[in-house]
Amino acid sequence: MKRFVGFVRKEFYHIFRDKRSLFILFGMPIAQILLFGFAITNEINNVNIAILDQANDVTSKEIINKIAASKHFSIVDIIQKESSIESIFKKGKVKAVLQFENNFGNNLIKEKQANVQVLTDATDPNMANTISNYISAILKKYQQELNKNTTIDYQIVPQSRMVYNAELKSVYMFVPGVMTVILMLVSAMMTSISITREKEQGTMEILLVSPLKPFQVIIGKVFPYIFLSVINAIVIVLLSIFVFNVPVNGSLFLLGIESVLFIITSLALGILISTISATQQTAMMISLMGLMLPTILLSGFIFPISSMPLPLQVISNIIPAKWFIIIVKGIMLKGIGIGFIFKETAILVLMTLLFIGISVKKYKIRLE
Amino acid sequence: MKNKNVIEVENLSKLFGDFAAVNSISFHVKAGEIFGFLGANGAGKTTAIKMLIGISSPTSGKATIAGFDVYKEAESIKKNIGYMSQKFALYDDLTVKENITFFGGIYGLSKKQIDRKRCELVDELGLQEVANSLVSSLPLGWKQKLAFSVSLLHDPKIVFLDEPTGGVDPITRRQFWEMIYKAAHNGTTIFVTTHYMDEAEYCDRVSIMVNGKIEALDTPKKLKAHYKTDTMNDVFLKLARG
Repeated sequence: MKRFVGFVRKEFYHIFRDKRSLFILFGMPIAQILLFGFAITNEINNVNIAILDQANDVTSKEIINKIAASKHFSIVDIIQKESSIESIFKKGKVKAVLQFENNFGNNLIKEKQANVQVLTDATDPNMANTISNYISAILKKYQQELNKNTTIDYQIVPQSRMVYNAELKSVYMFVPGVMTVILMLVSAMMTSISITREKEQGTMEILLVSPLKPFQVIIGKVFPYIFLSVINAIVIVLLSIFVFNVPVNGSLFLLGIESVLFIITSLALGILISTISATQQTAMMISLMGLMLPTILLSGFIFPISSMPLPLQVISNIIPAKWFIIIVKGIMLKGIGIGFIFKETAILVLMTLLFIGISVKKYKIRLE
Repeated sequence: MKNKNVIEVENLSKLFGDFAAVNSISFHVKAGEIFGFLGANGAGKTTAIKMLIGISSPTSGKATIAGFDVYKEAESIKKNIGYMSQKFALYDDLTVKENITFFGGIYGLSKKQIDRKRCELVDELGLQEVANSLVSSLPLGWKQKLAFSVSLLHDPKIVFLDEPTGGVDPITRRQFWEMIYKAAHNGTTIFVTTHYMDEAEYCDRVSIMVNGKIEALDTPKKLKAHYKTDTMNDVFLKLARG
């Protein structure tokens, strides 16, 4: 035990004296969560839109005023003919065009139903989706106000001209993803680098010649990162609660336990990477290309898995991050308990055991 | 203690596929002896040492280190030996004191013992002024001397030095060998590899490995007489060129 404490103390010296890794360890998580939270947020502000008002009556004017008053949109153009819609989109001046049908106000009163077409520039699908939802919300609100003073059920029907079926995402969705990426990166990359550094410097040989058993060396090396990753996880959760008002609807304790499990999965991956790479550079490249990219692209963090081609959907199953994101989303947003995420938890446990098993085997081969 | 064999090796071999990196070598080393283990690059020295220090298992043959079998008792061997490799082997980003504390710790020394050893060592090497500086700021020669002292921290019976003086100046090499003599005088067996033939002259006995086999083993004096040369350098060249 005393040996272990001495070993861990030495690891902390390494970490705190290497400014670069210290920055990756603590600077990056905070920078990433803020970046994703603020810059890549799906909230929209001051989006330029154009209006094509074929009705030009009181009701349509009222709606246009509501939209102009909203902080989300600014009306930059009023167009007269349907044919100019395409050109205005091509110029990139606006993200959306709102088209009122002929006799909009009359239709609403006589037929109790009127149509508005929301055309959105779909080159940025997330943005387009959000715009269309925001506009629908404004229309709906206007409709409710209209119906408040009367028994007649007036219906304004927004017709969205966007064919994709992307799910609406909010800032909430980024928190589980960012948390996953950070824990994966810090745990796997940092441990694989710190183990290969000992190999590169020749100190690993000295440690293996000492009475320390190989598994003691490895545990001693990864232990500090469990500790630091837990701190990271806490910082991320605090930032998301207090800066982004993301609720934690489920049990914080369960979230903590699952996070520690995922941290251990990532550490096991880091150990595995260190057994197959001889230098720090190799370890870093494998961690970045082999872990970071799939974690970001295939885990469901940014791109919904359900809209991927089938082969990628199958591959996504071997990405540990996919399962952890499901777990975190479940606990934080849906507030579910262990009963609902038992399968995902079991998969992570199995993956961890598998990684450790392969590492032990590889390690023995190396020693032969 | 004298005249007792602390290293006994018999027909030890290590095969990588068909290639015999170490081909049936046999020798023994007595307690307190300075044993030079020479050979050209690629002759199999490092592979042989790795088997002796218990981080690589032999393909065949027998070897006991400090009375322990290399196959079954590698863990006991590790407690009784010190090792310093050709690559520099202290932590650059720890201070002199921290390195001593760490290595004392992994060999299971008590805090008291470590404190005492640390003071002794810093005094002996004259490192008082840099005891709290990072090892990376020390000149290479000082690092090597410190690494040697650290490998002796736990009073091992045998210390294995794999090209300990690579790249250091002649004065430091001289001081280094004085430290080796002192350790040997205190009863530690020294097993050393080197490329400097003048260093071979300092050894009690030397073996010369060529292509995985030990081609010669005797005192430097007898080897020179046998090969009718004046220097170990010529002995080595005659053997290595075949």
